[in-house]
Amino acid sequence: MSLLDVRDLAVSYNGRRAVEGISFTVEPGETVAVVGESGSGKSTTAHAIIGLLPGNATVDQGQILLGDTDLATWSSRRMESVRGVRIGLVPQDPANSLDPVKTIGAQVGEVLRIHRRGDRRTIARRVVDLLTRVGLPEAEALARRYPHELSGGMRQRVLIAIAIALEPSLIIADEPTSALDVTVQRRILDLIDDLRTEFGTAVLLVTHDLGVAADRSDRLVVMKDGRIEEQGPSAAVLADPRAAYTKQLLHDAPALSVREFRTAEPPVREPAIVVRDLVKEFRAGPSAVSRAVDGVSFEVAHGTTHALVGESGSGKTTTARMVVRLTRPTSGTVEIAGAGPGRLFRRHVQLVYQNPYGSLDPRQSVAEIVEEPLRNFRLGDRAARRARVGDLLERVALPKDLLTRKPRELSGGQRQRVAIARALAVEPEVVVLDEAVSALDVTVQAQILDLLEQLQRELGLTYLFISHDLAVVRQISHTVSVMNQGRIVESGSTSQVFTDPGHEYTRELLAAIPEPVR
Amino acid sequence: MNRPKIGLVLAWLVIGVALLWAVVPGVFTGHDPIAGVPAEKLQAPSGQHLFGTDAVGRDLFARVVHGAVHSLSGAFVAVGVGLLLGTLLGLLAGSAGGLLDDAIMRFVDVLLSVPGLLLALTVIILLGPGTVNVAIAVGIGSVAAFARLSRAEVVRVRRTDYVEAAFGSGGRYTTVLRRHVLPNSLGPVIALAALQFGLAILAISTLGFLGYGAEPPTPEWGLLISEGRNYLATSWWLTSLPGAVVVSVVLAAGRISRSLGADLGKDRA
Repeated sequence: MSLLDVRDLAVSYNGRRAVEGISFTVEPGETVAVVGESGSGKSTTAHAIIGLLPGNATVDQGQILLGDTDLATWSSRRMESVRGVRIGLVPQDPANSLDPVKTIGAQVGEVLRIHRRGDRRTIARRVVDLLTRVGLPEAEALARRYPHELSGGMRQRVLIAIAIALEPSLIIADEPTSALDVTVQRRILDLIDDLRTEFGTAVLLVTHDLGVAADRSDRLVVMKDGRIEEQGPSAAVLADPRAAYTKQLLHDAPALSVREFRTAEPPVREPAIVVRDLVKEFRAGPSAVSRAVDGVSFEVAHGTTHALVGESGSGKTTTARMVVRLTRPTSGTVEIAGAGPGRLFRRHVQLVYQNPYGSLDPRQSVAEIVEEPLRNFRLGDRAARRARVGDLLERVALPKDLLTRKPRELSGGQRQRVAIARALAVEPEVVVLDEAVSALDVTVQAQILDLLEQLQRELGLTYLFISHDLAVVRQISHTVSVMNQGRIVESGSTSQVFTDPGHEYTRELLAAIPEPVR
Repeated sequence: MNRPKIGLVLAWLVIGVALLWAVVPGVFTGHDPIAGVPAEKLQAPSGQHLFGTDAVGRDLFARVVHGAVHSLSGAFVAVGVGLLLGTLLGLLAGSAGGLLDDAIMRFVDVLLSVPGLLLALTVIILLGPGTVNVAIAVGIGSVAAFARLSRAEVVRVRRTDYVEAAFGSGGRYTTVLRRHVLPNSLGPVIALAALQFGLAILAISTLGFLGYGAEPPTPEWGLLISEGRNYLATSWWLTSLPGAVVVSVVLAAGRISRSLGADLGKDRA
């Protein structure tokens, strides 16, 4: 008998179907990955299983059989005897999933206390055991600390400790590593794997990252628009995807499709961007100073893409902001060939932000947003500007009827296209892309990357591409600089850095990318 | 989900009626608010005199209706003064930052540390009594609240990516302030304006009650209550009914402010 057997499950929000009659099983001790893009219903499915759907959601039909009990009909109150005991949950966002005013020990102990597993002393001992088990050092001292004193990876370990505290037979991990750096992500996934083999716990891994799913699961369930497109053993699905959607996902996932490296012609002109010994210091206290960027130098040739790769805190974004003159360097220089002084600089260099939700004024229409740079520089009269906005929208492949829409009426991919159109409005030569595709689903991400490549070919743009995602960087960039703790540890052509990494840190980063399957 | 909220509808109704009183008082009452009929003095509310009559036989309902224009226009002026000055200070402080920010906000702190009524009285003593001066005084009393709120909003919006992106696409400082920072900061400020409108009516009535506002026999709401004070024991309606009108208008403004705050908050990321 299966450990978990979901049969014909349908869930709707305010009467609108989010999950439409899906069925799958999880066997004891195996990892099943539910893969899909945002809005595919994968998280809803996970929440339905553990009985944590929000108030406006209803389970319309179907069964959720855990062993031989049907959880679908249980009240939230009755589910309390299941949550933590038989099903553990590892939530998505380690930053917001711990109570900031309680110590780590109290929070891990809480689940034991609720289910009355022993007196205070045994619980305290068990907490230390658990924290040690999930690989946290000095567990006893750590139990007395508060969440804000821990890094993202450590917090996620604490959450895993809570999930395994009562040794449940199933752990639901809802995007357990999406908010973490790649090297940390790998260690967390390793930990979940270890625990699974040690306790024989089954894992339901919900993720948008096909690379992670391919690497870590026994079976794959591919979801789209609330339906299951395809399911089967991971290796088989990856080797021979049957559904068209799975094929597209595989094609678009940068980690899974090995493409040719982009190679640049030897530079004919002087480089477009020259960065020399750039340093940025921030005050870290009354007398302490922290160096976010510590002597960074690189050059980018005209019409090529240079990637700055690193994990959070590596100083890559600060470097990018100094290149676009939004942050003033403490010392060092940035030279951009042909860029004017003062405000004219903005006609030459443009920045595209990571978060397409935050970088567009919510009160402006798409037309106003794209037109704004033209108005700022008084380029053309009203009719000419309107025509130019139309052209720009066409360039980024957005339909004309979006012109009057507000940003909130657009999808993430559409918003990022609007942001790119705005950046291109003044015909810049250098575009700095700060994690410009990180917030997007893989298929949308692939489309934006294609768009960027095409624009580079047509307009001869020079890109400085900031990213933590090596798989994306491998695909788009000609040259790479790897950053760690404010310094560039290695740089060179993409093929050289990826195939023959010279620095230990680069090798660690590369090892963290899930293995290419094809 | 879209069930109309009865309280909100009622609030708009109250404000609507009060505004109509101010604009076309003749439609609501046929009595003269100034000239009384001494023979009919101190009558209890009846079909003839809805709110009863006062000590000189004037119809109280007529006086309340005709008084609306004085109290409401006063409140408008007060909110206008507070909104304009306060938002200007807040915008300046929030966008400039640094020393100017500190200077403006400490000044606002000083304003805030003086009780509102005392501040208003001080201003009136400087300007002299009168309806407009009372309104200005009350407005100055609310500058601090507007300045603080708008500064907080400006500081929040100033940090957003889209404001930085606006500078990034070549926007000048003032253009960005006008086109992005101001519109996106105004939502909560407008909600506060509605709330302050109610409070201004209350403050103006208070000052009227104390005798700093309109001169008798002008039928200003606060003055009406003040005049009725001497007859509290015998003629309850002289204080209670105008008082009830003031209370309902103030409460209605508060309710509308809350709904504005909720609606305008939707655009926030």
